[in-house]
Amino acid sequence: MDSINPILLIASLMVASTPILLAALGEMVVEKSGVLNLGVEGMMITGAVVGFAIGVNTGSSSLGFVVAALAGAGLSMVFAIITQLLLSNQVATGLGLTLFGLGLSSLIGKPYVGIKAPGFAKLDIPLLSDIPVLGPILFRHDPMVYLSLLMVALVWYLLTYTRAGLVLRAVGENHAAAHALGYKVVRVRFMAIAFGGAMAGLGGAYVSLVRVPQWVEGMTAGAGWIALAIVVFASWRPWRILLGAYLFGGINVLQLNLQAAGSTIPVEYLSMSPYLVTILVLVIISVRGNHGAPGSLSRVFHASH
Amino acid sequence: MKLVTKLMTGAALAVGLAGAAHAESHGGDPVKAGFIYVGPVGDGGWTYEHDQARQAVEEEFGDAVETVYQESVPEGADAERAITQMALSGADIIFTTSFGYMDPTIAVAEKFPDVKFEHATGYKTADNVSTYSARFYEGRAVQGTIAGELTESNIIGYIGSFPIPEVIRGINAAYIHAKKVNPDVEFKIVWAYTWFDPAKEADAATALIEQGADVILQHTDSTAPQAAAQEAGNVYTFGQASDMAEYAPKPRVSSIIDNWAPYYIDRVKAVMDGTWESQSVWQGIGDGMVEIGEITDAVPEDVKADALAIKESIASGEYHPFTGPLNKQDGTPWLAEGEVADDATLAEMLFYVEGIEGEIPN
Repeated sequence: MDSINPILLIASLMVASTPILLAALGEMVVEKSGVLNLGVEGMMITGAVVGFAIGVNTGSSSLGFVVAALAGAGLSMVFAIITQLLLSNQVATGLGLTLFGLGLSSLIGKPYVGIKAPGFAKLDIPLLSDIPVLGPILFRHDPMVYLSLLMVALVWYLLTYTRAGLVLRAVGENHAAAHALGYKVVRVRFMAIAFGGAMAGLGGAYVSLVRVPQWVEGMTAGAGWIALAIVVFASWRPWRILLGAYLFGGINVLQLNLQAAGSTIPVEYLSMSPYLVTILVLVIISVRGNHGAPGSLSRVFHASH
Repeated sequence: MKLVTKLMTGAALAVGLAGAAHAESHGGDPVKAGFIYVGPVGDGGWTYEHDQARQAVEEEFGDAVETVYQESVPEGADAERAITQMALSGADIIFTTSFGYMDPTIAVAEKFPDVKFEHATGYKTADNVSTYSARFYEGRAVQGTIAGELTESNIIGYIGSFPIPEVIRGINAAYIHAKKVNPDVEFKIVWAYTWFDPAKEADAATALIEQGADVILQHTDSTAPQAAAQEAGNVYTFGQASDMAEYAPKPRVSSIIDNWAPYYIDRVKAVMDGTWESQSVWQGIGDGMVEIGEITDAVPEDVKADALAIKESIASGEYHPFTGPLNKQDGTPWLAEGEVADDATLAEMLFYVEGIEGEIPN
């Protein structure tokens, strides 16, 4: 067996995990506000195609990311209006959003099949990137990798230490009580859903602009569903989202590298392991009886109820 | 637990719905031909070519035919639902276009004896089930020749989808011919366990490149490995299932193109004429089902000439890519000097030839 360069491995697992990290973090905030949006995959793929189209047409990947976030947020507003104002079932609406996103993206994407993405420069931070070992791992990525890590810290801080975070959690834990205290439940949820959509859009654009980088129909290939699983895996906690995303992304990259290096560890076990760990976590939290899910998750709210 | 159940139901539903049907229809009372696809029609590879052939059928027969298709149908149990649905909707002939649809196709065919089924790349037939496949390994022999001569690191990376005979044949054929022109060549094989997942395919290509491969062969359906090779720089690739010409002249230096159109037209015609019979066909370069995409100028002239020569001799039937002497991986003799592999062995090939390292996962 040839050796795997651990520095390259860690660097590439960070890249592989960034899309699911972004999407999962967004979905966590949505769920913290008491809304279950199963449309993550649909918003991701829409972000992927829109980001790619804008990137190709303007030559600027950064602009692609911005518009992808807007597109994800825009699509999530469809979900918000249907579930928050028209009070429809969130599970069904979310699934519908995914199907809609997949169809919409292949429609928008038709002219972009086979076109190459504009480059997205990596930050080569002077001095720091020359540090042995840590340099290549930490200081030679593209800005989105750092943004995703920054977002984890930011979401954690906002949810834990600020009034806005407290209100968001209150709305998610018990919307009737939050309403009675005078908080605008629907407004808070609209904002959370928009944030989730924007993050999913960014995650999708990361796949099409950096990770693959090209547009292929259906290219997110289930990443949105993995993001949803990570939220549960992480018991709705930001730092655990980071752990979960890097675990899922990392094992995938690791098993491919192990194979390329000629390892004899059976591939099947490695491919299975993230899912096994998720099931294990689910079992553990249900045995403990305290799964940490927001109390009002996926329940319909109406001021008169 | 309620939440968990809800999430699970959600996920299950999503899997079921992910392959939502897109249908096109025409007026009149035409023959209805259905197609089940494993990926999206815009994958730029395998499914794209099947859909090109479907469009060719429409063009050929005009209003006399109606075609429907369903894309991104997962292999396995859910495929049975999709095929049943298509049979119930009145399809006269259904093409199931991936290996993993084999058992579902046979199961549905039993329930609909009047519907004709055509299963791609499998080996189970019935009175109303035919199988058809292309001898992709003939194209792999040409690729192996080019790859063996192009590589400078003597490491060729191979992205496999699933360890099934079709893929293993391709690996063996490519290896035998790379070895022939370059005795030092070594294959590194990565199993992606998917036909279509651009991000994963790109990761697999990157992993192989990091391990020193400077030629990448792929048996997965998207163009993502081509993009990864292009970004890495000095790496050569080959288009898979479709020409993938947008990556020519480099990294993509040639390709295997599946041309299903003549076969599909032929079989739909047989249904119209009432002459359809169960059969099992396996066509190669000579019949036109396997085409070799243009070999670009990134390949030196003499290498190109070698590749074309081997293509010609395979097409004319003069040369078989699996000609002895060949041993199996463990060193046991397989084919004696001059002996040619029979189709039955090839159809069930689950072993590497001598020289390839690693084990086939099962």
